[in-house]
Amino acid sequence: MKGLDTNRVRAVVRKELRDYRRKRAIVVTMAVLPILFLVEPVVTIFIVRPTLSGASLSTSLVLPMLYLLLIPTVMPSTLAAYTVAGEREQGTLEPLLTTPIRQQEFIVGKAAAVLLPTMVASYAVFGLFLAAVALFAQPAVATAFFHEGAVLLALFLLAPLLAGWAIVVGMAISVRSSEVRVAQQLATLASFPPIAVILLLAVGVLTPTFALALEFAAALLVIDLVALRLISGMFDRERLVTGAKAA
Amino acid sequence: MTTTATVRVTRTSRGSSQGRPWEVVIDGDVVDSLANGQTVELPVEPGPHALRIRSWRFLASPELSFVAGDRRIIGFSCRARPQHPFIVQRSIAGFVASLFTRGSWITLTPDEPDPTDVADQTAPATENDIAAPAVAAPNRPAAAGAVRATVPRQPRPPADPNTEPVLSVDRLTKRFGRRTAFSEVSFEVLRGEVFGFLGPNGAGKTTTVRTLGTMIAPTSGAATVAGIPLTPENGVEIRQRVSIMPEAPGLYLRLTVSENLEYFAGLYGLRHPHHRIAQALDAVNLGDRTGDLCGGLSKGLRQRVGLARTLLSDPAIMFLDEPTSGLDPVAAREVHDLVDGLRQRGVTIFLTTHRLDEAEKLCDRVAILNTTLRTIGRPADLRAQLFKDALVIETLTPLDDPGALFGSLPAVESWTSTGTGTYELAVTDPRVAAPEVARGLVGVGADVLSIGEAQHSLEDVYLELINEDVEARRL
Repeated sequence: MKGLDTNRVRAVVRKELRDYRRKRAIVVTMAVLPILFLVEPVVTIFIVRPTLSGASLSTSLVLPMLYLLLIPTVMPSTLAAYTVAGEREQGTLEPLLTTPIRQQEFIVGKAAAVLLPTMVASYAVFGLFLAAVALFAQPAVATAFFHEGAVLLALFLLAPLLAGWAIVVGMAISVRSSEVRVAQQLATLASFPPIAVILLLAVGVLTPTFALALEFAAALLVIDLVALRLISGMFDRERLVTGAKAA
Repeated sequence: MTTTATVRVTRTSRGSSQGRPWEVVIDGDVVDSLANGQTVELPVEPGPHALRIRSWRFLASPELSFVAGDRRIIGFSCRARPQHPFIVQRSIAGFVASLFTRGSWITLTPDEPDPTDVADQTAPATENDIAAPAVAAPNRPAAAGAVRATVPRQPRPPADPNTEPVLSVDRLTKRFGRRTAFSEVSFEVLRGEVFGFLGPNGAGKTTTVRTLGTMIAPTSGAATVAGIPLTPENGVEIRQRVSIMPEAPGLYLRLTVSENLEYFAGLYGLRHPHHRIAQALDAVNLGDRTGDLCGGLSKGLRQRVGLARTLLSDPAIMFLDEPTSGLDPVAAREVHDLVDGLRQRGVTIFLTTHRLDEAEKLCDRVAILNTTLRTIGRPADLRAQLFKDALVIETLTPLDDPGALFGSLPAVESWTSTGTGTYELAVTDPRVAAPEVARGLVGVGADVLSIGEAQHSLEDVYLELINEDVEARRL
């Protein structure tokens, strides 16, 4: 990311956030989707029996938390898929490409503009969930829940990395796609692989530990950074403008 | 001393002062009042307060110079100059003063050219030149005005051929696989020139602009854009120095006019974007539409916003790609006027179009492209190159024996009948031939309706060249 001009990145982020605010569908989706994902974990916490053995209780409490990780995984994919394909479809890509902005600045700015609302919504829902547990869950369940500090930490650590995965994959598809709808469908599908890990945890193939969470986070971080670089390479002005690859 | 220059003041106000007439005051006497859109012509005298206009609110104009120093210090003064009749220099002090007073004062004073103008034309603008030269100098965005004052329009002096070209293209070629977009194209564009790039659809005009704007890599050849060699490594630097308005303005329809421009100002790294945005919007007469959503603007207004966007970065050269495409005649004319205004101020413009009237009206030189460059030059020179001097004659009834008559006239090289009673004669010198032809016609008793020199338009030149290509392809 050599020579990244933060002013240009900021300009992209500011414009994107303004654009979201003006489109009610985006705002509503951003608000409603995380709340839907909140319902199941809250219900689970309330129906968990505090009489369960220590290990069973722990598993019963960890899984709803992992379920919450679907928010940063699913929420940004459609927005990310719109980043380039949407600009092209509304005819704003070419004027943008005439400016001095570098592809890395464009990619980072667009990614940050998707990441910001995603993380705000995700952490807000996490906070609501924790508050619900603290205030309304049975005392034994709440105590057991907050003893899973390592998993809670992993939850907060993994959220931006999972969002990063969904964003880079969505943007990669967006760069290559000529139609927004196709890009959004493909991006939603492509955001699911990390969910497979959550499923493996849910069915007991993997045991949720802090060490596993750290390994998963490290792998995601590497994948996100490499993917971000790859997208910058894929961002070929000539192909984006003419549909033909530069000779 | 009274100068013979006449100043035309046109009021194009808006906002709070829109409904009120303005008093035009000379030496203390109210000589006229201006309603919106009205024009008044006034003599100009050197010295302070030669012309004073009282207004409710003052807005900068590309043709007026507002500088502090008036002894009343509540207004502005304006200096007319031969080549740039009104250079705008709005002072912060004057502007602030105008906020606290009901009236502002303008003084128009003819003046000799300021040597600093030359520097203004050549030096790249800094982002800090808020008050003074940004509006005034060529290649800089201007602010439109509540008051517009111009001397009767004079043709802009031609670009100096001795100056270093802003754009130099040498045998540039672009191929997409086996398809050639344009081939072996070479030309230069001088500073301050409006260069027309004509050609039919698919001729390679837009691809040329995209190539010079570093969006597309050339297959071969070389170019220097704004003094910077066209290479992939120089892409950012070149794009910083040029601006391109694509055929479609490409605005974010959910954002307002000013938000759209703010975004692009940020991408160009402008540190004082609001002032620049105001200047650019004023230059395209959109200063009162800053808060409008772009989605609610007409196509013509969107095109104006696009034009304002190209002015933001103070470019060394502006590429306008078919700026009137799809516009109705009124909107197209507005864009023409805006481009003409930029032309008058010496902005270097590369204009692609297939509208020949547009090129003829706006361009100093034109190049005609049809994959290869077919010709380049001033429209008049191209006409002279392609078409012989000719006389067009119209008689009330067809001549009995035109061959015998025209064949007997030494000044006539050949003739053709172009309609009933109309003839076109190829002649060596129309001034010699016309009297001879007139005498001949009178001699045979023809009822002559008119004798005139044939006027070939740029369209004739264009069609001649493009038809040659079509014919060549058929063979």
